[in-house]
Amino acid sequence: MTRIRFIIEKEFKQIFRNAVLLRMMLAAPVLQLILLAYAANFEVKNLNIVVVDQDHTTYAQRLVGKFRHIDNFRLKGYVPAYKPAYRELLASRADLILLIPPHFERDLGKENRASIQLLVNAIDGSKAGIASGYAQTIIRNFNDEIRTETVAVQQPATGGRLEIENQYWYNPRLEYKTFMVPGILFELLILVGGMIAALNIVREKEIGTQEQLNVTPIRKHEFILGKLTPFVIIGLVQFTMGLLVGIFLFQIPVVGSVPLMYGFAFLFLLLCVGLGLLISAISETQQQAMFAVFFCLVLFILLSGLFSSTENMPTWAQYLNTLNPLRYIIEVGRNVMLKGSTFRDMQSQFVALLLMAVALISLASWRYRKTV
Amino acid sequence: MDKAVITNKLTKKFGDFVATNEITFDVAQGEIFGFLGANGAGKTTAIRMLCGLLKPTSGDARIAGFDVYRQTEQIKQVIGYMSQKFSLYEDLTVRENIRFYGGIYGLNRADLKAKSDQIIEQLNLGSVADKLVASLPLGWKQRLAFSVALVHNPRIVFLDEPTGGVDPITRRQFWDMIYEAADRGTTIFVTTHYMDEAEYCNRVSIMVDGRIKALDTPSGLKRSFGTDSMDGVFQILARGTSTK
Ligand SMILES: Nc1ncnc2c1ncn2[C@@H]1O[C@H](COP(=O)(O)OP(=O)(O)OP(=O)(O)O)[C@@H](O)[C@H]1O
Ligand SMILES: [Mg+2]
Repeated sequence: MTRIRFIIEKEFKQIFRNAVLLRMMLAAPVLQLILLAYAANFEVKNLNIVVVDQDHTTYAQRLVGKFRHIDNFRLKGYVPAYKPAYRELLASRADLILLIPPHFERDLGKENRASIQLLVNAIDGSKAGIASGYAQTIIRNFNDEIRTETVAVQQPATGGRLEIENQYWYNPRLEYKTFMVPGILFELLILVGGMIAALNIVREKEIGTQEQLNVTPIRKHEFILGKLTPFVIIGLVQFTMGLLVGIFLFQIPVVGSVPLMYGFAFLFLLLCVGLGLLISAISETQQQAMFAVFFCLVLFILLSGLFSSTENMPTWAQYLNTLNPLRYIIEVGRNVMLKGSTFRDMQSQFVALLLMAVALISLASWRYRKTV
Repeated sequence: MDKAVITNKLTKKFGDFVATNEITFDVAQGEIFGFLGANGAGKTTAIRMLCGLLKPTSGDARIAGFDVYRQTEQIKQVIGYMSQKFSLYEDLTVRENIRFYGGIYGLNRADLKAKSDQIIEQLNLGSVADKLVASLPLGWKQRLAFSVALVHNPRIVFLDEPTGGVDPITRRQFWDMIYEAADRGTTIFVTTHYMDEAEYCNRVSIMVDGRIKALDTPSGLKRSFGTDSMDGVFQILARGTSTK
C-alpha cells in the first residue's frame, strides 16, 4: 500500500518541476473559458430585414417599427411584392423577409387573428434559426401589446393564450455564456485527466523507466492508483479554478449543489484518467497517444451538444452518443449548475458515467502488462 | 550449491526471427558471469526473459529457483536490473531517485534514509545529492543506477552494458563496485562489449546470432581457442559466423 504513496509523491515532484506544463494546466481553464465563452458566441447582429407591406395600415407600421428598435436588425427597406423580396434573399442582401399581407389590420381587429409571413435565408442554419427566433419574439411582443389594447378589460384569459416558452433560448446576450461555461468546465477535464495522464505514462515507456518499474515487485493496482490519484487531484484544482472564473468573471449562477458538482467532477475525472491509462497501454509513443486522445476529444465534443444541439443529429449519431461521457457530464453541469437539479434527477447520467469509468479502468488494468 | 540461474533451451522468437536460440547454461550463486556477444546477438532479449519482462517462446529458465513463466513476481523480489537504457528519472534528484525506487521495493523510512546516505557516501555524491540526475556526467549516472539496482539487496543483479560509453577510469571504479557486490554474495550477470572487462569475470559466455557458441572461464576459453587474449577468442567466433 505504501508503494502508492511513493508513486504519488514522485508524480507531484515531477509535475511541480515541469513549470511550463503546470502553468499551462492551470491557465488553460481560465483562457479557454474566456475565449470560448466570448468567441463561440451565437449572438447574431445586423440581420438585414426587407419588408413587403401590402396592408399599409397603422398596425403594419407599428409592427415594422418594432424591428427598427432592436439592435440585431437593420431595416434594409420596403419592396412592393414577394418576387423582388425573394430576389433580395437569393442575393444575400436580406437575411429575413417580413411579409405583411393585405387586410392585416382588418383581420386582426375583426377576427382577432391575422397571419404574417416570415422568410428566412437558411444558408447559415444556425443564424437562420436565431434570426427567426428573434423575429418571432418581436412578433409575439407585438401581439401581446395589441391584445392588451383591445381586450383591456377582460384580462386574465388573454395572457394565458400566448405561448412564448422558447424565447429565452434566443436571448443570448445574457444566457449564452451561462449555457457554455458548465460544458467547457468539464470538457477541460479531459485534457488533464486524459491527455496529460496518457502522455505521462507513455513518456515513461519511451525513456525506459516503465521497464525499470516493471522489474520491481510493484502490483498492478498500486501502479494504476498511484498514477490515477495525482491527475484526479490536479483535475479537481483545475475544476475549482474554472468554477471560480465562471462565478466571478461571468456571474454564472450556481443554483444547484456544489458538493454534487464536485462529486460528478471526481467521477468524470476517474473516467478520463481511465481513458488516458487505456490509451497509454496501447500506445508505444507519445505521438500515438496524442493522436488517440485528440481523436476521442474531438469526437466527444462534436457529439456532446456543447456547440450544437444533439436533437438535430441523425439517429446513428444519437446512438453513438450514448457512449459519449462528455455528453452526460455536460447535461449534469448544465442541469445541476443552472437549474438546480438534484442527484435524483441525474441518476441515469450517474449510472452511465459510473459504468464507463469502471469499464475503462478495468480495461486499462487488464491491458497493463508487466511481462510482455 | 544452489544455482542462481538455470536455463534449458530458452528461446525467443519475434515472428519468424529467432532472437535467442535454445540457450542452455547456468550461473552459480555469487558468480560474476559475463554475457558477451556482438550487437544484435540477443543478449538483451535473453536478460529480459530472465528478469520476467518478456515471455519466452519455448524452453525453461529458473531464477533463484523461480520459474520464468509462472513466478515472475517472486523473481522480481530477488533480482536487480540495470537496463541498457539509462532509466533513472532525470527530473528527480539523486536522493529522490534512491527514495523512489527504495520505496517501491518496500524499504521502510529508516532503511530509506540509511540507504540513501550510504549510497551517496559510497559514490562520493555528497555535493550533488540534491541536484537533478540530468545534470550528472554519464559515468556518475551509471554508478548511481547500479547502486539503485542494488537498493533492496537482491540476490542476483542483471547489468546490461553498464559501462557503455563510460571513460576507462570510471569503468575501473564501476568494476570495483561489482567486485564489492560480489564479495557480499550477490550474483552478477553482466553484458559488455569491452574485452578487458570479460577478463574480470569468473566465467564468460559468448553469443553469436542468438546461440551460445562458447562458455568457460576466460583462461579456459583462451586455451581452447589457442589465443592469448579474450579479444582473440571473440574474433575467432565472430569470424566463424561471417564466413557461414
Ligand atoms: N521486440 C522486438 N521485436 C522484434 N525484434 C526484436 C525485438 N527486440 C529485439 N529484437 C531483435 O532481436 C535481435 C537481438 O536483439 P537484442 O537487443 O537482444 O541484442 P543485443 O545482443 O542486446 O544487442 P546490443 O549489443 O546491440 O544491445 C535484434 O536483431 C533485434 O532487432
Ligand atoms: Mg542489448
